[in-house]
Amino acid sequence: MKILQDGISPLLQKPDVNAFREHNREKPKELIDKRMTEAEAVRKFIHDGDYIGTELYGTVRCPQSLVNEIVRQGKKDLRVAGQGVFELDMLLAASLVKALDHTYIGLEVYGISNCLRREVESGRLETCVEWSNAGIAWRFKAAAMGVPFIPVRSMLGTDTLKYSAAKVVECPFTGDPIALLPALILDVGLIHVHRADKFGNAQIDGISGFAFELARASKRLLISTEEIVDTDVIRAQPDRTIIPYYLVDAVIHAPFGSHPGEMCYIYERDEDHIKSWVEASKKQETAQAYLEKYIYGVKDHQEYLDLIGPERLQQLKDMVPGR
Amino acid sequence: MSEKNYNPNELLICTASRLMEDGTTAFIGTGIPMLAAALAQKMHAPNLVSIFEFGGTGAILEDLPIAVGERRSFHKAVAASGILDIVETAQRGFVEYGFLGGAQIDPYGNLNSTVIGDHDHPKVRLPGSGGGNDVGSHCWRTIAIMRHDTRRFVEKVDFITTPGYLSGPGTREAAGLPPGTGPYRVVTNLAVLGYHPESKRMMLLQTQPGISVDQVLENTGFELLLADEINQNPPPRAEELRILREEVDRERFYI
Repeated sequence: MKILQDGISPLLQKPDVNAFREHNREKPKELIDKRMTEAEAVRKFIHDGDYIGTELYGTVRCPQSLVNEIVRQGKKDLRVAGQGVFELDMLLAASLVKALDHTYIGLEVYGISNCLRREVESGRLETCVEWSNAGIAWRFKAAAMGVPFIPVRSMLGTDTLKYSAAKVVECPFTGDPIALLPALILDVGLIHVHRADKFGNAQIDGISGFAFELARASKRLLISTEEIVDTDVIRAQPDRTIIPYYLVDAVIHAPFGSHPGEMCYIYERDEDHIKSWVEASKKQETAQAYLEKYIYGVKDHQEYLDLIGPERLQQLKDMVPGR
Repeated sequence: MSEKNYNPNELLICTASRLMEDGTTAFIGTGIPMLAAALAQKMHAPNLVSIFEFGGTGAILEDLPIAVGERRSFHKAVAASGILDIVETAQRGFVEYGFLGGAQIDPYGNLNSTVIGDHDHPKVRLPGSGGGNDVGSHCWRTIAIMRHDTRRFVEKVDFITTPGYLSGPGTREAAGLPPGTGPYRVVTNLAVLGYHPESKRMMLLQTQPGISVDQVLENTGFELLLADEINQNPPPRAEELRILREEVDRERFYI
């Protein structure tokens, strides 16, 4: 196949599909109770320098309690799949990210991320490799397929491709240029779901973003869940299971685990809290004060929820239509 | 009308809304496109199929979504899937319109939302492509919504995040992008712009109410082509404004 163009940015994670197969072969297939706390899961499964990815859309279903714990434990020099809003802002505010496969980090309607600006413009974040949203998701899909790359028609002709690690080749069937995106195999994937059993069988309500692909692209997968259900609930409707247990390494019971983000049908997003972060994030000092108050200053997710307060949490539940 | 009874956002929303035809599909991004699509559904395009990046297809936009993945983006929708189903649907040619934005746009409709300055040592690090590049690659006709000034309308963008007509006629196809796709309109606070059918360079089609052609030219940082006939975009009608204020954005989140 004739290579027409090479993206000039480095490949942050090699698409080693054979090593991935070996890894997956060794993963336990028994039904094991994998329940643990955020602190235990992060300590056991995430190491300095790991490549991690979060699954979400905007602030919807963001695995916030897990990310807060990563910040609390100060896991550093992380390589990160950069599609996020609030939760990646926390990692950036704490200067824990060394390299990004970047597609979008911003605050949606509230504009650009000041934390991303500070980290990139100061050089503390050393490498930004560019992709599109679907580009990153397709890279997970390739990993989920167990193949080293996937052909797509996004990114062609642009600087997004030039500053990526993709390649453009002449399609052996049509002769047209096509982009090849390398599989992205994560060291650790983080997903927050509506319900899971203690073994890790997990279900999501509403749209599923790229949970299916990311779950299957992760060597180690941490699932936080609003509710732990009996396995009978899963087996009653197996068609709803998006993540089967054998992909999962840890199950963390985390009610309001997405706060200040939202979980559809359970609670709405905490707009006031997000606005307070938008303000705090504008300056390094106020961003640090936020981290101090809501992450370093509390010992775990329950203490965080106590700080937010039961009244506010109830309000966010009550805002869901039909309640 | 001497006194304006609408604000700049309302003008952009009404202008973008009128561009959407009934019975087509539109890839809707955060902000003004959501309001424009909701308004179009309530005015002239009840069968407009809204498509949201993270999985919502065919939502009834009764309540305004504030983000592309939240529950209102699949309210009474016909399907709720995921990002790859949506973008692959566009890649297969099902999606007619796509909305885009950016910090800079050039005469060929290329958009920058990645960096101001050099990529590796940027003056300003912007949010990045997000879904922009995917929309600009696969949708048949893209509509950019921009504020109009010489900092944003530039001869050369610092970084091509999202493809327009790249460097002119035939260059999209030569790069491997689907034939027949590309920029269709640019809606700004000063004008409605299109692209010359042969040269693919940006062309002034309409001025916004009360704006002169000279004002548009002064605020454009490159040589703008002029359509043979340049008329004025009609101001938002009372009915459009009523629906926008009383039904689409009741809580005045955007307007």
